[in-house]
Amino acid sequence: MKMKTALLGAACAFAFAPAAFAERGADGNVKVLYSQAVSIMNAYLSSGTKDVEVGSIVLEPLAGFDEVGTMFPRLVTELPSLENGGIAEDLTSVTWKITPGLLWSDGTAFTADDVVFTAAYCMDPAGGCAQLAKYEGVQSVEAIDPLTVKVTFTGPKPNPLVAFVGAESPILQKAQFANCTGAAAPTCTEANFNPIGTGPFMVTDFKVNDSVEFVANPNYRDPAKPNFATLSVKGGGDAASAARAVMETGEFDYAWNTQINPELQAAMAAGGKGQFVTGFGTLVERIEMNMTDPSPDLPEGERSTAMHPHPILSDVNVRKALSMAIDRSLLVEVGYGASGRPTCNLVPAPAIYASPNTDCIAQDMDGAKALLDAAGWVVGADGVREKDGKRFKLLYQTSVNPVRQDFQALIKGWWNELGVEVELKTIDSGIFFGGDPGSPDTFQKFYADVEMYANNFPGTDPEPYIVAYTCDKAPKPESQWQGENINRFCDPVFDELAAKLITTKGEAERAAIVIRMNEMLTKDTYTIVPLVDRGRLSAHSNTLGGVVLNVWDSEMHNVQDWFRIK
Amino acid sequence: MLTFTLRRLMFAIPTLLFISLLIFLLVDLAPGSPMSQIPLTVPPDVRLKIMEAMGVNEPVFVRYFLWLKQFFVVEPLVLWDHWFGTSYSDGMQRIVSWQSRSPVMDIIVERMPQTLTVIGTSYVLGVMIALPIGIYSAYRQYSWFDQIGTFIAMIGFSVPTFFTGLVLILVFAVNLQWFPSIYDTSLRVTDWDSFLAQARQMAMPVMVLALFNAAQISRYMRSSMLENLGADYVRTARAKGLSERIVVLKHVVRNSMIPVVTVIALGIPSIFGGAIITEQVFRVNGLGALLIGAIQGSDLPTVQTLTFIFAVLIVLFNLIADILYGMLDPRIRYD
Repeated sequence: MKMKTALLGAACAFAFAPAAFAERGADGNVKVLYSQAVSIMNAYLSSGTKDVEVGSIVLEPLAGFDEVGTMFPRLVTELPSLENGGIAEDLTSVTWKITPGLLWSDGTAFTADDVVFTAAYCMDPAGGCAQLAKYEGVQSVEAIDPLTVKVTFTGPKPNPLVAFVGAESPILQKAQFANCTGAAAPTCTEANFNPIGTGPFMVTDFKVNDSVEFVANPNYRDPAKPNFATLSVKGGGDAASAARAVMETGEFDYAWNTQINPELQAAMAAGGKGQFVTGFGTLVERIEMNMTDPSPDLPEGERSTAMHPHPILSDVNVRKALSMAIDRSLLVEVGYGASGRPTCNLVPAPAIYASPNTDCIAQDMDGAKALLDAAGWVVGADGVREKDGKRFKLLYQTSVNPVRQDFQALIKGWWNELGVEVELKTIDSGIFFGGDPGSPDTFQKFYADVEMYANNFPGTDPEPYIVAYTCDKAPKPESQWQGENINRFCDPVFDELAAKLITTKGEAERAAIVIRMNEMLTKDTYTIVPLVDRGRLSAHSNTLGGVVLNVWDSEMHNVQDWFRIK
Repeated sequence: MLTFTLRRLMFAIPTLLFISLLIFLLVDLAPGSPMSQIPLTVPPDVRLKIMEAMGVNEPVFVRYFLWLKQFFVVEPLVLWDHWFGTSYSDGMQRIVSWQSRSPVMDIIVERMPQTLTVIGTSYVLGVMIALPIGIYSAYRQYSWFDQIGTFIAMIGFSVPTFFTGLVLILVFAVNLQWFPSIYDTSLRVTDWDSFLAQARQMAMPVMVLALFNAAQISRYMRSSMLENLGADYVRTARAKGLSERIVVLKHVVRNSMIPVVTVIALGIPSIFGGAIITEQVFRVNGLGALLIGAIQGSDLPTVQTLTFIFAVLIVLFNLIADILYGMLDPRIRYD
């Protein structure tokens, strides 16, 4: 329904087109509100979404993603492919053809040297580049001629279009950043705050963690764009007041990520000054089951490691019963409203990678009880199930967040009904996600039986995300408790599939493997219990046209097309 | 007096050094890590490299002495260079924020004006409201004016600013649409219209804080007045046949001001400290908002530097309050 609204909005954009396409800067000023303030414009020094997105107004990648996740060329004449020879037959190199005549906002020519420099900038070992993963497997980037760049990989890469694609991997101007490589990267404050780019706007004033002022780029490649002469981005505060500033007071034209509860959404929509837009990406709120024993009785260094399997959760039927007891639709209704939908998948999108599995959507309390009975867990005197003298008791942890605490309470209720004793624990997100190996409360260390949080993957390729569940990626003391296989899931068959995925080409074949791996983690083993597919909820005023919410790239991806509805 | 001041200043140095160490350890030992600001989509090995580049992994004492050097040597040199156009500080590492990778002092300088105008105005306004209310409430103790004044003071005292702030936003921004709910820091006052816009956007945060400050100071003023109104010298003044005006405004108010001036002076560091909550509610980009943002982001260099500057101000204004006290009340001598 909401997607439809968004598409209608896009259609309206075309209807209004003749007025809007008149001339650059005809529509005055547009005001955007980010509830998290912008710290820096250079995506290579901050991986925060707000910094990447606002930075993308100025700095552009060679190619980006549109609102349905399809790649399209931005600064190049066409996307490299096997057919046009842009991607080598053996998948070891990619050749990009830069659009001729492209200028930086300072009027100098955009050349292949800038692209080569950008790769060197991020791959410098002393720089601490936040987007290093984008350049994973890149051996060299060279300029064949001023308009041709060749990226060579260390081996065959089935998905070679990662570097220079998407808002996380924009091109920096060599002339501006030449002295800012390696350890000097953070010292170039002026360049990091006021980068020269190819995007529709350029920075005129940057206030750290507060506001950024932009003016239309006089050298933008489309002479009729952007429609607005100036753009202001204000930051700070919270999601609710950001939504209010667009929907109720009308002070701002666009508010980013206005994640508020359904009641408030309805109240604000009644304000009549704006509308919410939603889009669904890959962010999934899930419960992770600990496959290893987190018991505090175990010596430090053995707790939550593969040495001791979990005494209760090792049984797949137990995990399945816990999943069956949950009413995901109610969770969505309580926590997210229009910006969430129930899901059973770890990889909910793009469509070709998503498993059709919907087994978990309907709550089945009786089935869950029967499953536990069959597994030998019988209800004891105080209503709590027991097996071999062991009580069914779980420690359920998550980060401090009002929606997560609501979810904890609801799920605890269902599990209690099942005969499971549940202890809840909430941890400050600075600690929970802080990754400090000395802290017992990080989500990686997982000193609890189950935990809940959300995760997603950037771009449209789920490969790095799904192959992270191989045995060797489990956090353990030897790896300083780093690793993405939070559950300590370990299955040789899965590891084989992961190895196969890395070398498989062809989208359909890859998709089949990803779906299988996703099902192994979810409906086969219930290692990961997905709850909600969380969408992005943003708000824009009724007088702002051309907004197309994009969750695959920056929300500012088409800011040059925004216009004022008169 | 001079020797007293000098002695106090000398004592302040070890105190401040100790405070800086204490703050550093507290901030460092507090749980939470800047890594929590990095999205989960960034792989673990890349995260570790980012942290390494920030210098997070150095031992705590290395970082403390580096910070001391940066704060007491590098930053003053940078300021010197800025004023006199020299270049002593070239190539020296300044205190850099982990969030924005820019020098912390530059951010503080950028934010100081907003804090001083908004919070400073509210403080001045608060004092200007509080003094007459305090004086008149005490003079007409238990009158209806005093009762209402006490009632309002209690509200100002006990209702937190995040509540009054939201109420004001709902009434004046959402319903009446008189004032903007979000402070526009890019506004430049160039003409009458932009001045009005500035006044309008300052109105709500200033109101909230002025109520809070006025409540506190008016109570001090009132109790101090009450104490003096019953004093012997007041009876003497009245017996001499002086008019009530002269008795109250010249004799009583002057004497009652002594402790109140101290309280006002002690409150001044809080102007610089900003009003964390109010700045957050109205999105005024002052020092308070900077501090809370830095705490949330586990940006240790910023938190450390800001809190230390606040500590310096508090020590300094304590000293000023002591000196003022001595000057206003000749009976007090420190030597």
